[in-house]
Amino acid sequence: MNLGQFILMRHELLLTLAAVAILIAEVATSEKNKARVIPFALGLFALVTIIGFIPGQEGTLFGGSYQSSQLTMFMKNILNMAVLIIFLQAEGWLRKEENLDKISEYFILTISTLIGMNFMISAGDFLIFYIGLETATIPIAGLAAFDKYKSQSAEAGIKLILSSALSSGVLLFGLSLLYGATGSIYFVDIATKIQPNALIALGFIFFVSGMGFKISLVPFHFWTADVYEGAPINVTSYLSVVSKGAAAFIFTIILFTVFKNIVDMWQPLIYTLAVFTMTLANLFALRQNNIKRFLAFSSIAQAGFILLGVLGVGELGMTSVVYFVLVYVFTNLGAFGVVAAIHNASGVETISGYNGLYKTNPKLSLLMTLALFSLAGIPPVAGFFGKFFLFTAAAGSGYYILVLIAVLNATISLYYYLKVVKAMFIDQNDQPIPTFRSSNAMRIALVMCVAGVFIIGFASGIFEYIRNISQLFLN
Amino acid sequence: MIQGIPLEHFLIVSTIMFFLGVCGFIIRRNLITMLMAIELILNSVNINFVVFNRYLYPDQLQGQFFSLFIVGIAAAEASVAIALIINIYRKLQNIDVENVNELKF
Repeated sequence: MNLGQFILMRHELLLTLAAVAILIAEVATSEKNKARVIPFALGLFALVTIIGFIPGQEGTLFGGSYQSSQLTMFMKNILNMAVLIIFLQAEGWLRKEENLDKISEYFILTISTLIGMNFMISAGDFLIFYIGLETATIPIAGLAAFDKYKSQSAEAGIKLILSSALSSGVLLFGLSLLYGATGSIYFVDIATKIQPNALIALGFIFFVSGMGFKISLVPFHFWTADVYEGAPINVTSYLSVVSKGAAAFIFTIILFTVFKNIVDMWQPLIYTLAVFTMTLANLFALRQNNIKRFLAFSSIAQAGFILLGVLGVGELGMTSVVYFVLVYVFTNLGAFGVVAAIHNASGVETISGYNGLYKTNPKLSLLMTLALFSLAGIPPVAGFFGKFFLFTAAAGSGYYILVLIAVLNATISLYYYLKVVKAMFIDQNDQPIPTFRSSNAMRIALVMCVAGVFIIGFASGIFEYIRNISQLFLN
Repeated sequence: MIQGIPLEHFLIVSTIMFFLGVCGFIIRRNLITMLMAIELILNSVNINFVVFNRYLYPDQLQGQFFSLFIVGIAAAEASVAIALIINIYRKLQNIDVENVNELKF
C-alpha cells in the first residue's frame, strides 16, 4: 500500500497532529505555567491553517469512502480560518483564573470536532458521513458544559447532547430506509439507483429532519437558543459559525450529489422549511433582550436564507451557499468577538446593558455596527453580496414568491439589528460599560473580521474562484 | 428466509421500536430514561440495517458494518451524556428533566 496517497487527507492529519501536540504540551508544562499552552496552541493552529492553503491534489481514498476535491479543500480552509479567529477571541477568556486548569481541554475538544467536520465534508459514503457527524457533535456537548460550576452551562450541555442524540437517531433511521431502497451506502451508487418512490421519500424526510436539528431549521430549532445562551460565548460562536457552516456544506453537497435525480421531490420540502425558518426565527428575534439569544435567533434566520441557495440547484446554488458561509464566518465572528470582549471586561450580556456603549468604547460600537449591517445585508459590506447571490440562485430556479418573502424577512431583520445599534449610539445610560482595552489577540481577531467583511465584498475574484471549483465538483 | 419469517415482520418490529423510542424521549421525565429511549431508536436502526442486508442484499456486508459502527458510537454518546447527567445531579440533587428549566424563551 502506498502511504503517499494519505497526503489527500492532510487537513485531518494535520489537525490530529496538532491535537496530540497540544496534549503533550499540556503534560510537559508545570502547574503554574499552564497559560503558556495558549500561545503555543495559537501558533500551532495558525501554522495548520496556513499549510491548509497550499494547493493539493484531488482524489479518493478507501475505495471511494473519502473524497478530496478543490471545493472540499476550500470549505475546510474556511472552517480553519473561522476556528483560528475563535481561538484568538478565546485567548483572554482562557487566561481567567477559573479556566486555567482546563486550557488544553478547550483546544483539544474544539480541534477534534473540527476533525469530525472535515471528515463529514469529505465523506464519500454515509458511514464516514455519520462517523464525522458524531465526532463533530459529541465533544461540542462537553464544550457547552465547559463552565461546569455554572448551572446554565451544565443545562446547555445536557440539552445539546440529548437533542443531538435524538436527531442523529432520526437521521440514521432515514439512512437505513435509503439503504433498504437502494442497497448501497456509497453516494455515487445511491445517486444512480435513486427513484422517486414512497420508501425513498420517507427515508429522505427522516434524513432532512435529522440534518434540520444540526443546522437548526424551524421546527427543529428548539435547542438552539437555550444552548447558545447557556454555553460560554467562545463556544457559542463556534457552534453558530463553524458547526452550522459545516452542516450547511454537507447538507448542500448531499442534496446536490446524492439526491440530484429526485430534485422535484425535495424542492417543495426545502421551500416550506425555508419560509418557516426565516419568518419564525425573525419573529422570535424581535423579542429577545439577551444578546446571545438574539444572535442565536439571528443565526437561525440566516440558516433559512442558506436554504434559498440550496433551492437554486446546480453550480450557482452551490457557489452562493459556500460564498454566503464564507461571508457569514467573518460577519458573525465580528459580532461575537465584540460580545465576548464586552463580556470578558464587564460581564454584561443584555442588549439594554449596551446602552451608551458608543460614549465609552467607540471602536467596538462601530465594529458591532458594521457586523450587524453585514448580517442584515446592507451594501456595500460583504453580507449584502452574500444575500444577493442566494436570492439570485433561488430566482434562477423560478422561486420568485420565495425571494419576495425572503426580502420581506431581510427587512424585518433590519429592525432588530438596528435596535442593538440604537442601544449603543442613541439610548442614554447612567452607568455605561466603562472604557476598557481588550487583549491583543482579540484585537487581531477583530481586525481579521473587519478585513474579511470588506475584502470578500469587494474582491470579485473570490466568487469566480468558488464558482469554478463548484463547477469542477458537480461535474 | 430465517426459519420462514418474512422481512415485513422485522420491519414492523423495528418501526414500533423507533416510535416507542421517540415517544419515550418526549414523555419520560428522567434523564437516564430519555437516554434509554435514544438507545431504543438506535437499536431499531440496527435491526433495519441488518435485516435489509440479510434479506435484500445478502452478497454484501455494508449494512452489518454500519450497525457495528452505530453500536460503537452509541456507547461514546452515552458515556458523554451520563457524564453530563452526573454534572446536573451535582447541581440539582436529582435528574428530573422538569428541574432543568433555567433557560427558557
